[in-house]
Amino acid sequence: MQLVKNKEIINDTWRYVDEESELGEGDITVSLARWKGDRQDLFNHKGKVGLRLIPSDGVDGIVDDLEHIQLVELDFTDFSDGRLFSHAWLLRSRYGYLNEIRAIGHYIPDQVFYLSRVGVNAFLPAKSSDLPFVLANLNDFTVKYQNSVN
Amino acid sequence: MYQYTETDQTLVDERVAQFKRQTEQYLKGELTEDQFRALRLRNGLYVQTHAPLLRVAGPYGLLNSKQVRKLAHIARHYDKNYCHFTTRQNIQFNWPKLEAVPDILAELASVQMHAIQTSGNCMRNTTTDHLAGVCVDEIEDPRPYCEIIRQWTTLHPEFDYLPRKFKIAVSGALHDRAATQFHDIGLHLVKNDAGEIGFRVLVGGGLGRTPIIGQVIKPFLEKKHLLSYLEAILRIYNLFGRRDNKYKARIKILVKELGLGHFSDRVEKEWLLLRDANELSAERIEEMKLEFTPPAYDLNAANDTSFEAHKAANKAFSTWVDHNTAVHKVPGYKAVFLSLKAPDSPPGDMTDTQLDAAADLADQYSFGEVRVTHRQNLILADIKQADLFALWQQLDALKLATPNIGTATDMICCPGLDFCSLANAGSIGIAKEINEALDDMDYIHDIGDIKINMSGCMNGCAHQSVGHIGILGVDKKGAEWYQITLGGSSENAAAIGERLGPSVAKDQITKAITDILDVYIKNRLEGESFLDMVNRVGITPFKEQVYAIS
Repeated sequence: MQLVKNKEIINDTWRYVDEESELGEGDITVSLARWKGDRQDLFNHKGKVGLRLIPSDGVDGIVDDLEHIQLVELDFTDFSDGRLFSHAWLLRSRYGYLNEIRAIGHYIPDQVFYLSRVGVNAFLPAKSSDLPFVLANLNDFTVKYQNSVN
Repeated sequence: MYQYTETDQTLVDERVAQFKRQTEQYLKGELTEDQFRALRLRNGLYVQTHAPLLRVAGPYGLLNSKQVRKLAHIARHYDKNYCHFTTRQNIQFNWPKLEAVPDILAELASVQMHAIQTSGNCMRNTTTDHLAGVCVDEIEDPRPYCEIIRQWTTLHPEFDYLPRKFKIAVSGALHDRAATQFHDIGLHLVKNDAGEIGFRVLVGGGLGRTPIIGQVIKPFLEKKHLLSYLEAILRIYNLFGRRDNKYKARIKILVKELGLGHFSDRVEKEWLLLRDANELSAERIEEMKLEFTPPAYDLNAANDTSFEAHKAANKAFSTWVDHNTAVHKVPGYKAVFLSLKAPDSPPGDMTDTQLDAAADLADQYSFGEVRVTHRQNLILADIKQADLFALWQQLDALKLATPNIGTATDMICCPGLDFCSLANAGSIGIAKEINEALDDMDYIHDIGDIKINMSGCMNGCAHQSVGHIGILGVDKKGAEWYQITLGGSSENAAAIGERLGPSVAKDQITKAITDILDVYIKNRLEGESFLDMVNRVGITPFKEQVYAIS
């Protein structure tokens, strides 16, 4: 799969490990529940580790672990659920998270401008044919009224 | 009046381009119904019973004559020669073609207007007092703050996908004419003991299915903290508002479920983390105030004697002055209401010809500005008394001078079953029927101040729950029935109307209303208003009359 990161199309090197599967090798993300359950194993993992958040997950509980987290995936179960926008803002503005924040799942390319403003810097589209839309829509507006992350 | 900067203009132009692309993608099948729905709603576009409905933002109800002419142009070229003014000071077109909407938005952008966030689960058009800047009971003009809020809410990247819609109203006067107690956030400019002006902040008010009076969350907020405090409330709502049930998703339910204390604690904690880095500078406020400086009033306006002479000589003019003008802070001036409640016209509607004429009158008499009231009328806010007679004659010829402002026939009315896909019952037809039953203007003036609000469904767009008389259309096995409430008010002594009894059939609703008015006429004390009497005697005498077995 390919995705847009920092306004460039790149290949995805990450793999999501569900609740039942072995962590294996390479760069992996896990759910918040698994993160909490297998924290030590994840710290010892060979390869990068990341966290996949869904809208109902809070970010307050992972603040102390952020230095170990190389990727936060924001998994849109429904594009109209705006909580992930606040999660991204909190991670960047309040907790100073500097690694990749990636939108995945059922967001729509028309939301990427807002997402980039709250600190999301990578976008995995639902289908690869959306890649050009994501890139184009990042430039929907050249002006803004409010402070945010960007 | 605020004039767009290059930034404002670029933003609306880029929004038009974005929506044009989205519409094309939808028509090509590249966006699903659900996806396009969310995007079009955020551009004011509903799909209704007969055609799309486009809701255009009237920023805190303020329009200039050029904008009004543009509305006339749109009504003429893209609609059926009329538009509708709403309770949130917006403008609706009932018959645009979906394909033409991007072009309409481009037309609007050419006169510094847009339809951004006039629907959808996002922050909506900020509303205010229709007499802002000219009324005599003002603590401070709220409009500079409205514009600051308008900008802050527009395309806010974090808060555009909220659990539900979110409405903010600002009042700057002692008398609340902006229904701030029935908004998600109500801001009331107040003076503290030290003589400083700040905001009393209310939260969790709202109408609709579950009408709730807002509660004070911050008795005094310094102006410099306005945006950080709004941000804190919005973030808590965005994170914790319910998303499992759209009928429980408004902030009022969150406030109710958490309790004001807990809700307020969360907001306070969030706010303290934001506050100091997000101050609104005194310079920004002063700059914005300069956008709303008073026009060049004629300081000799009060010396005119023709006004009193015309009043003495012309009963119809005098009656109109009594009912359709408001006191102005500058001697010799009045604010003039243009009644959009003529007996034979749907409440709040205006034709292209009327719009063009109103724009001309604004230019001629009122510094080129027009305001929209939340009772669906227009105002020319700065009329010299010497001009009132000539203005009245022209308004009369345009059918905009029905002397019924604040009376029984100045009804708030939603589009109802005639246009709206949500409605259970008609409202425009009932308004017409009530109007016909109340065709004696002397009787209407005798009844005096009364607010009748009628909605065609429990979403309550016409604010029936705060009408002195509220009428709510309900569906009973496919038939249109109407529930009546009495004693509601959206003003300082806010109240939610009490239900009179079982709903009445369509052919009985007009008689029920005239019965209620008769009970009032027969039982009122000297000088007692309808609302005061309901508050004194309760609903029983009205109930007995309406449900009497004949």
